[in-house]
Amino acid sequence: MATEILMPALSPTMEEGTLAKWLKKEGDEVKAGDIIAEIETDKATMEFEAVDEGILGKILIDEGSEGVKVNTPIAVLIEEGESADDIKAPAPVAAAPEDDKGGHPNDTGQTIQRAEAAPAAPQADRSPDWPEGTPMKTMTVREALREAMEEEMDRDETVFLMGEEVGEYQGAYKISQGLLDKFGPRRVVDTPISEIGFTGIGTGAALAGLRPIVEFMTFNFAMQAIDHIINSAAKTLYMSGGQMGAPMVFRGPNGAAARVGAQHSQDYAAWYAAIPGLKVVMPYTAADAKGLLKQAIRDPNPVIFLENEILYGRSFEVPDLDDFTIPFGKARIAREGSDVTIVSFGIGMSHALEAAEKLAEEGIEAEVIDLRTLRPIDYATVIESVQKTNRCVTVEEGFPVGSIGNHISAHIMENAFDWLDAPVINCTGKDVPMPYAANLEKHALITPAEVVEAVKKVTYK
Amino acid sequence: MARKPAASKPAPSNTSKDELLKFYRDMLLIRRFEEKAGQLYGMGLIGGFCHLYIGQEAVVVGLEACAKEGDKRITSYRDHGHMLACGMDPRGVMAELTGREGGYSKGKGGSMHMFSREKHFYGGHGIVAAQVPLGAGLAFADKYLGNDNVTFTYFGDGAANQGQVYESYNMAELWDLPVIFVIENNQYAMGTSVKRSTKSTTLFGRGEAFGIPGEQVDGMDVLAVKAAGEKAVAHCRAGKGPYILEIMTYRYRGHSMSDPAKYRTREEVQKMRDERDAIENVRELLLQGKHATEDELKAVDKEIKDIVNDAAEFSKESPEPAAEELWTDIYAEELPQGSAEERA
Repeated sequence: MATEILMPALSPTMEEGTLAKWLKKEGDEVKAGDIIAEIETDKATMEFEAVDEGILGKILIDEGSEGVKVNTPIAVLIEEGESADDIKAPAPVAAAPEDDKGGHPNDTGQTIQRAEAAPAAPQADRSPDWPEGTPMKTMTVREALREAMEEEMDRDETVFLMGEEVGEYQGAYKISQGLLDKFGPRRVVDTPISEIGFTGIGTGAALAGLRPIVEFMTFNFAMQAIDHIINSAAKTLYMSGGQMGAPMVFRGPNGAAARVGAQHSQDYAAWYAAIPGLKVVMPYTAADAKGLLKQAIRDPNPVIFLENEILYGRSFEVPDLDDFTIPFGKARIAREGSDVTIVSFGIGMSHALEAAEKLAEEGIEAEVIDLRTLRPIDYATVIESVQKTNRCVTVEEGFPVGSIGNHISAHIMENAFDWLDAPVINCTGKDVPMPYAANLEKHALITPAEVVEAVKKVTYK
Repeated sequence: MARKPAASKPAPSNTSKDELLKFYRDMLLIRRFEEKAGQLYGMGLIGGFCHLYIGQEAVVVGLEACAKEGDKRITSYRDHGHMLACGMDPRGVMAELTGREGGYSKGKGGSMHMFSREKHFYGGHGIVAAQVPLGAGLAFADKYLGNDNVTFTYFGDGAANQGQVYESYNMAELWDLPVIFVIENNQYAMGTSVKRSTKSTTLFGRGEAFGIPGEQVDGMDVLAVKAAGEKAVAHCRAGKGPYILEIMTYRYRGHSMSDPAKYRTREEVQKMRDERDAIENVRELLLQGKHATEDELKAVDKEIKDIVNDAAEFSKESPEPAAEELWTDIYAEELPQGSAEERA
């Protein structure tokens, strides 16, 4: 039976090429693997190997022909005993995959629109995080994080902590204090200083079904390991068609501490929040730190948990419960108000709340929303608030370009444009690497005074 | 064909007639499958990057002979052979290459990103050397759970120059992880030969700095691969930590489909094919030892051809994934692979 040899695609983007040279002539015997022709693509001259065996019965495209479209029959292979004369006129070009141009029949813009519009639909969840009347206790963010890990390690044998100085040193910032004594070196694993290596190992252990907590001494060091966080942990569920994922938490201090300079002072919230497949948490209070970390450890997906060194020592009221978690995607209204909405998260909340107090003295009542999680984001709470106040200021420590505030602004513009009485202002860190000098560092960081000024602008006061 | 006589080789003692036939069959399946994939690529049915395993078949087939249920494997983007060797369905692999619903990742992964929970195949990774710490992590999980499974972590001579390999070596030995680091040394990292990449060309020897034993193996001889694999597996299962196998092999085709192969001569490739081909070697052992007749081997060839043609047909007929699939498998509600405890 005669077999057509088709013009091959020799690169991911090749649509046509030049048939530079035939290395076999009509009547030659051809074995699988023999180089039969040279084909020039836009990038290089490639050797074209035969896949089938037979005799080169007829050459349909002469050498030197340019612009030969991929899948055009270029020759016919015949079997012994067949004659080239038996060959019929070449069949039409072999069919490329069906729907090659249009994609799947249902794959229209509408589908995409529907899915992207989806987050705007749900109503804000204003249920309390814990039952009313729950007794509270005062504790630091540091203690809350430690308790969360301890409780989850008690609850699930597959949860373990790994990172630099988490064990014998008791944690570089003492978050893991006492955990080695309680759980032993099998579950509290001191690693060498090898961020990409131990992050990869942690991710591999998660793919096998363990639930690692990978501690970075600071998220600045996680840049060495970001390939595993994104390419290995966040994308595997999708790439495997839902067969396996990475149930794990990457946690550690994020953002500026004090006087540690440019390489140790970056806020990564917007970076990680950009990645589908990750969940991103950035708590402010100790209660949120505890409830959200417990939720993160139980989540079957990779979770980025961004802490803050300055907040570690701050005390808050935490519910005195044996077990409580806080769901992702549920913002907290930290302060109610009717004149302006201030949206923030993490340490930005401390500036937002301080500004709100000052503004109240001047008769401006700000509603302060703590997003708590940046992926998913509770858009509904933000939109409902803006529909009430008609004004919005966002507050975060990170760089201004591509910030969370930029994203929130765009979302408000797309979904509540008609309610806005003023442009949204994004208060962010300055667009500079963090300086060391005390006075310059102060200028680089966001301050309550800047938030007050922004609020006055949007309220035209 | 000008071939070196195989008679000089001592009679293999670590195998049987049945196993030799299985090796022949498994290696042939990979070769024919890859040839078909190359053909479908040329027809535009497979897109993007497509890295063929032709020439390296003895590596995975020899090592799979040392594996038991529960052992894990992970590799780079040149992964079709590994999947077929561990028993994944050729239909599902080919349909993933064509980006169809019937593929292992429902068409969402492609040639470089395929996985099988059932066969403990953990990918299919497109970032050179990323699979090395991931493989050590799979082994970490087995050690954590206290079973005696091992993980085969495959990477190439190119990946061997990535820093994360050595971070992994250090921790794997520090923690006695049951991982076999398999360096498939096909002598070219894309277009750069080993000699042009490093002056430390004995790659397994780099493990010495971390205290990891290892050896170099003839990767064109499936029985030699199996013998070395058994030694490595025994070492790992006994709790002695990692082992390195540097398996000297050769890829006949380009790095990917768009490789003009100007970094080596046509004669070099042809010489390897003519004199060292792993499949031809086993074929001769079978015939010379009178373990199989020409007719029996022809029947195997026919069976393999049918399997590959069936896979190709399936991969063309399987529909493209539904548009809704764009939005699925981004987040899990429950852990799809189950927790390690349940699986142990």
